[in-house]
Amino acid sequence: MTDIPVLEVEGLTKRFGEHTAVDGVSLRLASGESLAVVGESGSGKTTTARMITGLESISSGTVTMGGRPLPGPRARTAERLAFARRIQMVFQDPYTSLDRHQRIGDGIAEVLARHAPLHGAELTRRRDELLDQVGLDRRQADSRPRHLSGGQRQRAAIARALAVEPELLVLDEAVAALDVSVQAQIVNLLAEIRGQRPISYLFITHDLGIVPHLCERVVVMREGRIVEAGPTAEVLTDPRDPYTRDLIDSVPRPGWKPRRRT
Amino acid sequence: MTSYQLASVVGRRARAARLRRLLRGKLVLVAAGAVVALVVLAAVFAPLIAPYDPNAVDPMAVSQGSSAAHWLGTDDTGRDIASRLLHGARPSLLAPLVVTVGAGLVGTALAVAAAWLGGWWDRAITAVLDVVFGFPGLVLAVVGAAVFGAGLKIAVLTLTIAYLPYVARVVRGSALKERNLPYVAALRMLGLGGGRIVLRHVVPNLLPLVLVQTATAFGYTLLDVAAFSFIGLGAQPPTAEWGLMVAQGAPGILAGAPQESLYAGLAIVVFVVACSLLGAGLSQRLTGGER
Repeated sequence: MTDIPVLEVEGLTKRFGEHTAVDGVSLRLASGESLAVVGESGSGKTTTARMITGLESISSGTVTMGGRPLPGPRARTAERLAFARRIQMVFQDPYTSLDRHQRIGDGIAEVLARHAPLHGAELTRRRDELLDQVGLDRRQADSRPRHLSGGQRQRAAIARALAVEPELLVLDEAVAALDVSVQAQIVNLLAEIRGQRPISYLFITHDLGIVPHLCERVVVMREGRIVEAGPTAEVLTDPRDPYTRDLIDSVPRPGWKPRRRT
Repeated sequence: MTSYQLASVVGRRARAARLRRLLRGKLVLVAAGAVVALVVLAAVFAPLIAPYDPNAVDPMAVSQGSSAAHWLGTDDTGRDIASRLLHGARPSLLAPLVVTVGAGLVGTALAVAAAWLGGWWDRAITAVLDVVFGFPGLVLAVVGAAVFGAGLKIAVLTLTIAYLPYVARVVRGSALKERNLPYVAALRMLGLGGGRIVLRHVVPNLLPLVLVQTATAFGYTLLDVAAFSFIGLGAQPPTAEWGLMVAQGAPGILAGAPQESLYAGLAIVVFVVACSLLGAGLSQRLTGGER
């Protein structure tokens, strides 16, 4: 682990006209560490992720990755490629985050060819290695996305992101669109990947239930602000903010009765 | 009758109805496809199958009805109508093909550029297309003929310009939707260049739409080319071309020799209807089977 954080966010703010979607969010993510950003829809967690990944413009505040700022929209190719190796993202909807006309394997090979000096058999071997790592086989590699299940597509999206060997993987509600059993598989897969290589996760979710399986620290967002932050175990067992308590209470468990929020 | 037997009878009946529906839909499609294929083949092999030189006049056989020597009769200078129809299929089909392919290519390029570049570019391209859209194709053709002289090439050029907005408008809407799909953001984040994303990912995904759009337009462009020739802004005599043949045969209608206009008109109608049916069937298939 190095001293330079993988990700450092200072006073990040996003305004849409009069409305402030994200209000002075600061985060710090050390190398190899995983952080969950939790909150209900509209809490600004996805907007935060989109600003960090450069998909949304920043109203004010700074994002630095490995000590470097985000590349601008006119950044040169080398700079963009370097940025790609710092941060990758897995999107919520695996149906639209893959090109529907491209075979899964071809999509991964395309990314590999862009980033690594690999050709021919070597490229294919690395591609199959990645597919194998996320639990996909040759048959699925030759399929187009519409012939795969939601879970398989999300595995493909993860493999594609891993192809560039990023330092940080942003998972934006990456399991929210999947069945509960498939969610568990993907969460296990993500935990497994972390055991094999140095990678940090920024896990954006509304579901506190999966957080302890993946993240050491958690940040709770509400109405664009961070209301609570700390080690996962601490926040989950001894929440200081009443909103966090509400979120914890709404995680389904044995004997759980949905309660209306006041 | 047990409920099992009942279910099987009902199932059989439903299956039969579905089969009939499918067959009827398919039959029309197959018939339309056969007509289009036949006409295209006739156009390609016209010099081989036409019984006469399309421009050979015969003063001894003027304005004749159907006979063993001239299946569809002769025109007012004694030229064989069947041969002229076969040869006429070439410019009559080629001109609208050039129009649709040209409008399809340029329209798609403009639409994708507008959607992808956005902002000022999008506004400029859309504004130009809107201006073109405001001009009826006929007005453009008259202007083109006035400036460059009447001819099939000018008609093709003006029609291509006139059809650009029809393609570009629809494609731009879909390109905008495509551009905002997460996969494009994902590919950008993965470090792929804009050109590659557009050419290798966005455009291939728009291709079925472009194909349907141009295929359905083909029938209409054929009609337009024929109409331009009919009013003298397209093919010029003595070229054998369907629209021009309808015009040249017109005096004969009153003189009791309607065959030239009649058969040329029939050729246009049958082919355009077949094209429309084929285009509609194609669009159902291509857009229904997506995703």
